[in-house]
Amino acid sequence: MAGTAGTWSLDEGDHRRITEHLTELLKETSARCAMLVDRTGQLLANAGEQLSFDPTTFASLTAADFSANDQLAKMIGEPEFASLFHQGEKESMYLADIQRRVILVVLFDKRTTVGLVRLRVKRTVDGLGKIIDELLRRASEPAGDRGPSLLEGADDEIDKLFND
Amino acid sequence: MSMINYASREINCKLVYYGPGLGGKTSNLECVYGKVAPDRRGKMVSLATETERTLFFDFLPVDLGTIRGFKTRFHLYTVPGQVYYNASRKLILKGVDGIVFVADSQLERMEANIESMQNLYDNMAEYGYDLTQIPFVVQYNKRDLPNASSVEELQGQLNPGWEVTDNSLHQEVPDSIHEGEFLIQQMDGVWIQRAPYFESVAITGGGVFETLRHVAKMVLKTLS
Repeated sequence: MAGTAGTWSLDEGDHRRITEHLTELLKETSARCAMLVDRTGQLLANAGEQLSFDPTTFASLTAADFSANDQLAKMIGEPEFASLFHQGEKESMYLADIQRRVILVVLFDKRTTVGLVRLRVKRTVDGLGKIIDELLRRASEPAGDRGPSLLEGADDEIDKLFND
Repeated sequence: MSMINYASREINCKLVYYGPGLGGKTSNLECVYGKVAPDRRGKMVSLATETERTLFFDFLPVDLGTIRGFKTRFHLYTVPGQVYYNASRKLILKGVDGIVFVADSQLERMEANIESMQNLYDNMAEYGYDLTQIPFVVQYNKRDLPNASSVEELQGQLNPGWEVTDNSLHQEVPDSIHEGEFLIQQMDGVWIQRAPYFESVAITGGGVFETLRHVAKMVLKTLS
């Protein structure tokens, strides 16, 4: 809808394809886990080790981190920083932009190196980029062409939920 | 931008609390955090200065219930109110699905309220978002203070309404919260629409959930 941020959706097939790419990346790099986060801070998918932190909060901070760095890039005359690397004593993270709409986050430890992660991430970014393209194309289609929306006709249910 | 995730069966939406510094945006989130059962909310994150002023944002995810088997997850954000943090403020608005403008009712904060409201319109416009099209409510906070302006004065200054140009909407819409008032009405021959408004005392929780419930409902209705 014009004038608003709009809506997009991720179905089970999209989720499976995204997870396959993330799992493949983890296999190739021996990284601990990988996540896909959209630029507004929402977690789309994750793969790998069970997370010991709240992924929702992590996703919102990831998006904020990337947004702040984008602005810093512009200030020094760069169009963007397409990737970021945060190095810790034991754990590190590598973040890569995909189509300026989502961020791939890879958490890894000493079992691998940033060089290998950086190398393998490139191919994953290409693969995921195609899926994201498709999702965005679907989201930009007129609502009528996408079939009935999930909440179509749910006005009464929404009223009931919020009128307690 | 709301996101419907069929794999995790969640509807995720982003709400932003906007307004002048020290107006009560963070207090709104703290109140929600304190009153929502722990299993229905995440951790509250505050990127604040050492003096507890919001530097970048506060963040709190809450589940407000289930519709059609999908959890409705609202990500609540505040922006830093202080004028010089505009770059951060603008970043937080990216992909916003609903806005709560938290105004400080104190007489001496009227100018700051107006400036912040103008800043909200400007920042939204830079993203191509239109405040008249997006779920938007105004909350008049600190109603308990003796130096609070009247609601009429605040409405006149901060929520005077915008002209409704779509003829199909030219009919009176009563304000379900304030008896005898209207969200859409004809005034001096012109049809105008105002954002719904709420009175609050965020520090003790008064009006906080009414505001949240209302804006959340408006957001979900845009998806229905």
